[in-house]
Amino acid sequence: MSRAQPSRRERAMVEPAEFRSYYGRPIVKEPAWEQPDVPLYLFLGGTAGASASMATMARVSGLPKLARVGTLVAAGGSLASVAALIHDLGRPERFLYMLRVFKPTSPLSVGSWILAPFSGLATASAASMLTGRLRPIGTLAGGAAGLLGPAMCTYTAVLLADTATPAWHEGRGDLPVLFAGSAATSGAGAALLLVPATETAPARRLGLAGAAAELAAGHRLEHNLGVVSETYRGGRAGTLLKAGKALTALGAGLSLLSKRSRVAAAAAGAAYLAAGVCTRFGVYAAGVASARDPKYTVVPQRERMARTGSPGQ
Amino acid sequence: MAECHPVGFQWVMEAKNRGAKIIHVDPRFTRTSALAHEHVGLRAGSDIAFLGGLINYVLSNGKEFRDYVVAYTNAGAILREDFADTEDLDGLFSGFNPETGEYDVESWAYEGGSDETLEHPRCVFQVLKRHYARYTPEVVADICGVSPEQFLDVAEAITANSGRRRTTAWVYSVGWTHHTVGVQYIRAASILQLLLGNIGRPGGGILALRGHASIQGSTDIPTLFNILPGYIPMPHAHQHLDLDMFVGLDAGKTGFWGNMRSYVVSLLKAWWGEHATAENDFRFDHLPRLTGDHGTYQTVYNQLSGKCKGYFLAGENPAVGSANGKLQRLGMANLDWLVVRDMQLIESATFWQDGPEIATGELASEEIGTEVFFLPAASHVEKDGSFTNTQRLLQWHHKAVEPPGDARSELWFYYHLGRLIRDKLRDSTDPRDVPLRELTWSYPTHGPTDEPDAESVLAEINGSGPDGPLATFTALADDGSTSCGCWIYCGVYADGHNHAADRVPGAKQDWVASRWAWAWPSNRRILYNRASADPDGNPWSERKRYVWWDAEKGTWISPDVPDFEATKPPDYTPPAGARAQDALSGSDPFIMQADGKAWLFAPAGLTDGPLPTHYEPHESPVDNPLYTQQANPARQTFGGEHNRYNPVANEIYPYVFTTYRLTEHHTAGGMSRGLPYLSELQPEFFCEVSPQLAEETGLEHGGWATIISARTAIEARVLVTERIKPLRVRGRTIHQVGLPYHWGSNGLSTGDSANDLLSVVLDPNVHIQEAKAATCDIRPGRRPRGAALPELVREYQRRAGVEGSEA
Amino acid sequence: MSESGYADAQPRMGFFTDTSVCIGCKACEVACKEWNAVPAPDDPSGMDLLGLSYDNTGDLGANNWRHVAFIEQQVPASRVNKSDVDNLGMPTIGAPEQEDDTGVRWLMSSDVCKHCTHAACLDVCPTGALFRTEFDTVVVQPDICNGCGYCVPACPYGVIEKREDDGRAFKCTLCYDRIGDGLEPACAKACPTDSIQYGEVSELRQRAVERKQALHADGVTEARLYGDDPDDGVGGTGAFFLLLDEPEVYGLPPDPVVTTRDLPAMWRRAGAAALGVAAAVVASFAGARR
Ligand SMILES: Nc1nc2c(c(=O)[nH]1)N[C@H]1C(S)=C(S)[C@@H](COP(=O)(O)OP(=O)(O)OC[C@H]3O[C@@H](n4cnc5c(=O)[nH]c(N)nc54)[C@H](O)[C@@H]3O)O[C@H]1N2
Ligand SMILES: Nc1nc2c(c(=O)[nH]1)N[C@H]1C(S)=C(S)[C@@H](COP(=O)(O)OP(=O)(O)OC[C@H]3O[C@@H](n4cnc5c(=O)[nH]c(N)nc54)[C@H](O)[C@@H]3O)O[C@H]1N2
Ligand code: SF4
Ligand code: SF4
Ligand code: SF4
Ligand code: SF4
Ligand code: SF4
Ligand SMILES: [Mo]
Repeated sequence: MSRAQPSRRERAMVEPAEFRSYYGRPIVKEPAWEQPDVPLYLFLGGTAGASASMATMARVSGLPKLARVGTLVAAGGSLASVAALIHDLGRPERFLYMLRVFKPTSPLSVGSWILAPFSGLATASAASMLTGRLRPIGTLAGGAAGLLGPAMCTYTAVLLADTATPAWHEGRGDLPVLFAGSAATSGAGAALLLVPATETAPARRLGLAGAAAELAAGHRLEHNLGVVSETYRGGRAGTLLKAGKALTALGAGLSLLSKRSRVAAAAAGAAYLAAGVCTRFGVYAAGVASARDPKYTVVPQRERMARTGSPGQ
Repeated sequence: MAECHPVGFQWVMEAKNRGAKIIHVDPRFTRTSALAHEHVGLRAGSDIAFLGGLINYVLSNGKEFRDYVVAYTNAGAILREDFADTEDLDGLFSGFNPETGEYDVESWAYEGGSDETLEHPRCVFQVLKRHYARYTPEVVADICGVSPEQFLDVAEAITANSGRRRTTAWVYSVGWTHHTVGVQYIRAASILQLLLGNIGRPGGGILALRGHASIQGSTDIPTLFNILPGYIPMPHAHQHLDLDMFVGLDAGKTGFWGNMRSYVVSLLKAWWGEHATAENDFRFDHLPRLTGDHGTYQTVYNQLSGKCKGYFLAGENPAVGSANGKLQRLGMANLDWLVVRDMQLIESATFWQDGPEIATGELASEEIGTEVFFLPAASHVEKDGSFTNTQRLLQWHHKAVEPPGDARSELWFYYHLGRLIRDKLRDSTDPRDVPLRELTWSYPTHGPTDEPDAESVLAEINGSGPDGPLATFTALADDGSTSCGCWIYCGVYADGHNHAADRVPGAKQDWVASRWAWAWPSNRRILYNRASADPDGNPWSERKRYVWWDAEKGTWISPDVPDFEATKPPDYTPPAGARAQDALSGSDPFIMQADGKAWLFAPAGLTDGPLPTHYEPHESPVDNPLYTQQANPARQTFGGEHNRYNPVANEIYPYVFTTYRLTEHHTAGGMSRGLPYLSELQPEFFCEVSPQLAEETGLEHGGWATIISARTAIEARVLVTERIKPLRVRGRTIHQVGLPYHWGSNGLSTGDSANDLLSVVLDPNVHIQEAKAATCDIRPGRRPRGAALPELVREYQRRAGVEGSEA
Repeated sequence: MSESGYADAQPRMGFFTDTSVCIGCKACEVACKEWNAVPAPDDPSGMDLLGLSYDNTGDLGANNWRHVAFIEQQVPASRVNKSDVDNLGMPTIGAPEQEDDTGVRWLMSSDVCKHCTHAACLDVCPTGALFRTEFDTVVVQPDICNGCGYCVPACPYGVIEKREDDGRAFKCTLCYDRIGDGLEPACAKACPTDSIQYGEVSELRQRAVERKQALHADGVTEARLYGDDPDDGVGGTGAFFLLLDEPEVYGLPPDPVVTTRDLPAMWRRAGAAALGVAAAVVASFAGARR
C-alpha cells in the first residue's frame, strides 16, 4: 500500500484495499468547468433543441400556441446556453475561438458548430415571430432549427463521454439516451407549463416517451457500469439523480391529468423541467465524484486488463 | 549524499551500475538509503563503536592487507612503556589531567624502533588489536542497535572488496563530524582504510563531502582562527616570538613540512612585499597571534561577558545555523555593533526586532544596544572567483549578471574597506598601524564600481619568483626571492594562465581528467598516490594500476601527477642528516608526515587520544557499556544559564534527536526559504518519527509536536514514517527524532529552528558543535507562546534536576 | 513515418524516465519552473505541507509540469539483504530483530506529460490551441487557447490543467523552445542521475528494454516499463517510464485509453439517440391534435 504513514486516524479511514493508489489522490483531473455554468448549458441546450423540433412540428401540425412557445424556448434556451458557456470561458471573444476551426475529433468543436447556427436560427425565427417581419425566412429558420434540435439534445452527451472522466466515459453508451430523454421531457415540460391545454397533447406524449427513455438509461448507468455505477448512486450525484427520477415520474404522472387540469399541466411541466436540471447536475456530479477517487480510474482499467489480458483493449 | 550532494551522487549511481555495492550507514532511511543496496540504521552518535567493530573484525580475522600495512603505516612502531590505553584506564589514555580536562600527550610518542613482524607487544599493531578486541558484533549491536547479522554482512562486504585487486571507499560528511568525538570518527575510518590498504589508491580513500560551495577553499585559505593559508598553524603569542621559533617548533624536520620556512616566508612576502626582508624576519611580527580559543562558540561567550564588542557576519546566519540559537542571539544583543553582509535579511540581522526572545519577553527591542549594519552582498553568479570543492578542485566561475543595487562582492568590500582604512592611517605613527600600512594592497579594478580583478588575487595566491608566476610549491624559497599567498595553491596560475578555468570535457581527455579545473597540490587528483604501487614501485595489481616506477626512464609514471618526487627511486634510502623530503625513503608514500608513514596510531596532533574509542555523546539516553568514562573526557563544555545540558540517561528527556539537511533547502535557509520554487517543495518545519514513537506519545501524522530540551521547546509538524526505526540499545528500545535544521522566522517558508534545541558542547580538536546527537522529549500539540514557553522549559529543567545548575 | 504529419518531420523526441535511479532531488521540478517561468506561489498560504512523504506539490498541473512522487513502502523482512552480497535486491532497511521486523523501500519518480501518440487533449481541443510539433510532441499555444477546459478531463493521465486566475490550460511543452535549438529540455539537463533521459524515442525505447533486462538480471524483478508499448490504449507515449511497482502506486493509470478511440461509436450512439428524439417528436404529433 502506498499509505506509508498509518497514523491511527488514517488507518481507520483506509478502506479494505482492493486497489492501490498514490495516497488516494486522483489520477485524472476532474472537469475544469464551472458549476452551475456547464450543467445549465447542458440542460438549456437540450431543452432548446427539443423545443425547436416541437415548434417545427407544431407549425406543420397547425398548433400555433405550441409553435410559439417552442420557438421562444428554443431561442431563449439556446441563447442562455451560449451565455452559460461564455460565462464559463470568462470572456465573450473566447467563444469565437471555438469557431476558429472545425474539428470532428472534438465534440466541443462539433457542438459549437451545432450550437452557434442553432441559436442563430432559433433566435432569427423567434425574432421574426415576435416582430412579424420576414415571416417566410423566420419559418425557414425555425424549420432548420427544428432539424438541428435533436442534435442539440444529444451532442452534449458525447461532449461529456469523450473524456477520461470515468463515470462519463464508461457511461458513453447510455448518456446519449439519457440526455435525449431528458431533453424531450424538458422540452415537453416547458410546453406543458406555458401552452394552454388545447395544444399540449404532443408535448404530453413526448414527455412520456422521454421519461421512459430517461428512466431506462438512468437505471443502466446506476447498475451496469461496474464499480463506476457507484458514482451515479451515491453522494451528491445520487441525491440529484434520485430527485430527477422522482420528478420525472411525477411529471409523467401529472401529465396524464393535464388534459383536465391546467394546474396539473403546469405542475407536470415544472416537474419535468426540474427533473432535467437535477439530471444534468447529477450526471455532472457523478463525473466529478468519479474523477476525484482513483478507484474509479484504476479498478475498471484493471478489470479490463484482466478480461482482455492485454493493455489498451 | 543523495540528499546533500545530489550532483556528486550521480557517480555513486554510475558506480552502482558498474557493480559496486552501496551501503548507507545512517540513523534514518534517507534518499541515499533508497538508492543503496543496504541501509544500516544505527543510533546517532555510535559510529566509533561500529567502525571499531569493523577494525576488530579485520584484525581478529587477519583480513588486513599485510604488505601495505607493514610498508606504509606505523603499525610496527614501538610505543613507550608508560603509554596506557583506555582498556587499561577504564576509558582514559595516559596523560589525562582531570583538573584541566586536557591530555599531556608525551606518553603517546614512539619509543623508537619498529617491528616489521608486528609481534612486539608494544608495537602499534598489537596495541590496536587489544584496543578494539572488545568491539565484537554483540557489543556493536548493544551500542549501535545494528544486528550482528547485518554488521557481519557489512564487514564481509568491505573486506571482500579490499586488498590488492579491489578498493573500498568511505564517504562521509557532517553525520560523522558534528560530534564531541567528530575528529575521532574520521580517524577510525582512516585506521580501517589503512588496514585494508585503501588509501592513496584509485577507488579508495575517505572522501569528505564538504558543505558550502567553497568550504574547502575556506579551510585552505582559512576563515578559521587557528590556521594560516595552506594549513600553516597560526603563531601563538607566547610560544612563537620569532620566525625561527615558529618554524623550529612547528615544522616537522622531515617530510614536506620540512620546507615550512619557505612556505611561511613566501606568505609573508605576499602580504608585506618589499617591506618583508631577511633583516626584519620577513615581518613575521606583523602576523596576529593566538592567545587562546578564538573559535566561534568561545566568541559567543565573550559577547555574553562583554569581552567581544563588534561582530562581522559575512555569509553566516548563526541565529538559525549555530547550536543554541538563543545563546547566539543573546550574544549579538550584547554587542556594540554588528555588520551583516548577506543577500537576504536573515534572522541574524533581524533578531533584535522579531527573534523568539522578543516574543517570550526575554529581550525587548528598545533595550538592545547593538547597532546593526546590513550590507547587501553579491551572490556567486554576480562575481568572478573560484570554488574549491570536495576533491580539492579549484573551479573558476565567471560573473553571469551584475549584482543588483548596492550589492557588492566580498572582494569589493574588503578591498575598499582596506583601502579606506589605509587612507585614514596614511599619516599614523602608531606602531600598531604599521602592519596595515605596509600591506601589499594594490589590485587592478574595473567597471563603474571599481571591482577588483579576481584573477589578480589568484595570481598573488599562486605566487611568483624572479621569473614570474611559479609552477609548483617546490619552487618556493626561504630567502625572500619568492612570494606565495597559499603554498598548496601554487601552480594554479602557472605560466600566467588561470588553470582553475580549464574546462576540457571528460570525453576529450583521459579518465583522470587532469584538464578539468585544477587540484591542489600541483594538480594532483589522488593524494599520496605513491601508495598505489608496492614498495618496489610496481602496481599492487593491474586492476588498480595508478602510479608506477619506470626504472628505464628513472621516473614515476601515472595518468595523474605522482604525489612523489618524480625521479626518487623506490630503493632510495636517505643519507644521514638529510632533511625535509630527502629524509624520507623511496617507499614512504605519506610525504607530508615526518616519518613518511600513515598513522594508525597518532602519537601527536590530537587533543583527545591517539586512538578512536567509543564515547557516548554528551547527551545520551544510555550508559557507555565499554568504560566508566561515559563521554569524551576532553570535550569542550560551556554550561551557563542558557546552555544547560540534559543529564545522561534521563527519563525527562528520553529520546534521541538528530539534525540534518533536506535537498530542498540550504543550511540556515537564507538562500532557500526566500525562494518560492524551493519553499513550496518543503514549506514547513517538520519532525520525522517512527510509527511506534507516534503511538507511544500520541503524535499524529500531519499534526503538531512540541520538542523540548533543557534549552528551549520548539514546535514542528509531524511526519510519521517507517523510514525511522526504533532501535534496541542496551536492552531498551531507543526512539530517534529527526529534525531538519533549515527553519527560522524570515522568508516564505518559516518555522522554529532546530538549533534552538541544541546545546553548545564541542569536539576539542576542531571546536565543532555536537549537532548530530542529543536528547529531548516530544509530545503532541503546539508549543506555548509568550512567557509560557520559558516556563515550560524551566518546568522540565526542574523535573530533570538541572534548573540552576551551572554545568 | 511520423504521426505529426510534417513533411520535414524530425525523429520523434521524448523522455525515458528511469525511476530506479531517481533520488527525488526535485531539480527537474525547479528547473522546469525556472526555464518556463511558471508562476510561483508568492505567499506562504499557497504552500502546504501535504504529508505525502517528501512530496509537497502533490500532482502534475498548470503550475507543475514535472512532479516527483515519493512512495514509502514496507517490504517483508525476507527482502532485507543479510549476507548474500551478490544477490542485490531492492534497497532495504536492515533494522535488527524488532517486534516489527520489516524493511522499507522508498520509491521516487518524476512524472511529466506523456506526449501521447494518440493524445486525447489534442483531439478534443476545439480551438486547435493544442498541436503536434515536428518532434511529435504535444504543445499548447497559449495565444490560441480559449480556456474551454475540455483538454483537462480528456487527458487520461490527469496532466493538463487550467491555471487559476488565467483560465488557460498549461502543461509540459517538452521544452519546444529548447529542443528546437538542439538543447536538451531543462528538466533532463538538471537531472543529476540521468533518471530523465531525453532523446529519440526509438532509441530510448531500446535503451529502456536493456535497462529493464539489466535490472531483472540483478534480481530487481519488479522493474517494468510503462508507456513504451505502441499497442497500448494511447498508442504508446513519447515520455515513458521504468517503474518498480504498479503504475497506480505512482498515481498513474494502469491501462489508459485515449478517449477519442471510442468517439465514432459515441457519435453513432448520439446520432441514434437524436434520431430517437426526432422520431418521438414526430410520433407525438402523429394523428391526434388532442
Ligand atoms: N541540499 C542541500 N545540500 C547541502 C546543504 C544543504 O543545506 N542543502 N548543505 C551543505 C553543507 S554546509 C554541508 S556541511 C553538507 C552536509 O552534508 P551531509 O553531512 O550529508 O548533511 P546532513 O543532512 O546534515 O547529515 C547527513 C546525515 O547524517 C545522518 N546522521 C546524523 N547523526 C549521525 C550519526 O551519528 N552517524 C551517522 N552515520 N549518520 C548520522 C543524518 O541522518 C543525515 O542523513 O551538505 C552540503 N549540501
Ligand atoms: N543543528 C545543526 N546545525 C548545523 C548543522 C547541522 O547539521 N545541524 N550544520 C552546520 C554546518 S555544516 C554549516 S556549514 C552551518 C551553516 O550555517 P550558516 O553558515 O550560518 O548558514 P547559511 O544559511 O549557509 O548562511 C550563509 C549565508 O550566506 C549568504 N551568502 C551566500 N553567498 C554569499 C556571498 O557571496 N557573500 C555573503 N556575504 N553572503 C553570502 C546566504 O544568503 C546565507 O544567509 O550550519 C551548521 N549548523
Ligand atoms: S547545489 Fe551546487 S554544489 Fe550542491 S549538489 Fe547542486 S550543483 Fe553541486
Ligand atoms: S498525457 Fe495528457 S496532456 Fe499529455 S499528451 Fe497525453 S493526453 Fe495530452
Ligand atoms: S483549454 Fe485551451 S488547450 Fe484545452 S482544449 Fe480548450 S482551447 Fe484547447
Ligand atoms: S520538458 Fe521542459 S516543459 Fe516539459 S517538464 Fe521538462 S522542463 Fe518542463
Ligand atoms: S532531477 Fe532526476 S533524480 Fe532529481 S527528482 Fe528529478 S528525475 Fe529524480
Ligand atoms: Mo557545512
